[in-house]
Amino acid sequence: MKKIITPLFAALSLTISAAAFSQVAVKDPWVRATVPQQKATGAFMQLTSTQDAKIISATSPAAKSVEIHTMEMDKDVMKMRQIMSLDLPAGKAVELKPGSYHVMLMGLNAQVKEGDIVPLTLTIEGKDKKTQTIEVKAVGKAMNASAHKM
Amino acid sequence: MLKKTYMHTPITIHQSRRTFLISSLALALTACNKATLKFNSIDITGADYCRDFKLNDSDGKQRQLADFKGRYVLVFFGFTQCPDICPTALARAAAVKQLLGKDGNKLQVIFISIDPERDTADLMRAYTQNFDPSFIGLRGTAEQTKQVADEFKVFYAKVATGSSYTMDHSTLSYLFDTTGKIRLAMRHEHSAAQFASDIRQLMQHAP
Repeated sequence: MKKIITPLFAALSLTISAAAFSQVAVKDPWVRATVPQQKATGAFMQLTSTQDAKIISATSPAAKSVEIHTMEMDKDVMKMRQIMSLDLPAGKAVELKPGSYHVMLMGLNAQVKEGDIVPLTLTIEGKDKKTQTIEVKAVGKAMNASAHKM
Repeated sequence: MLKKTYMHTPITIHQSRRTFLISSLALALTACNKATLKFNSIDITGADYCRDFKLNDSDGKQRQLADFKGRYVLVFFGFTQCPDICPTALARAAAVKQLLGKDGNKLQVIFISIDPERDTADLMRAYTQNFDPSFIGLRGTAEQTKQVADEFKVFYAKVATGSSYTMDHSTLSYLFDTTGKIRLAMRHEHSAAQFASDIRQLMQHAP
């Protein structure tokens, strides 16, 4: 149904913007490994969307609750806050990395070991309010892994 | 496990070591004068706070600063559900220990939980030992935690998030010398090489 109507609609209206769905490239997705008793961890990656879009939610079978967080340092005090959306400006590489944004996985269902693959589903919303999901496979990396040089 | 990680990042540890060796050499060439000690960290020698902590280790045994006389003690406050700052700080502490070479075993790293509700004794032991088997995790009751945090002027607060909570907390590390006196407040933005350089200076000017 959609396949017939969309191109028809596009043909009829010149103001409709180009292709509804953005393409989002995911680079180096990784998640910090945990010890068995640990209940939460963070996932990091680099995302580049072809069109203006934003992440509006995330889920994972590995955790009961998944949120997107910012991390800010306020005079040597660390503050992490949930954000309800993360902008992905067209063509810009948005980094989720230690010291910045991250995907917070809370209520882990199992230990994340080095080398494990943790599936994440990100819901992306385009400017036209249409949503799509992208599947990310985050690789477990040793607890002492950091994007920054030590 | 630590060795395995560093095999993947050989360039990083070499650069750190090079920076560290150069700065150590520079320091060795300058006159050993207390007045010329220049730290990357904040020198809080003589402060009337950061005097002691009395908290339980993962075996339920109470530990305090005096237990570690003769060693340099590096204290960091955090929580295990911290995805970023805390693992980074503990990984850096492990790197500092490596950079100190044969003097590395003079350093005792202590991780104090500001979230004892969720950070159980078992979890603390597994978590800290994952970074280095010598690291000690300490925790206490909510009241004891507050007492120690106040003594160190460490800010911490529970912040609701979704159906759970996260913690805001100070990210300074505290360095005690071998006589149990507080010497340095070390900032999170500094590298392992900078931390090690400061500790090396203290070692060279040890009382």
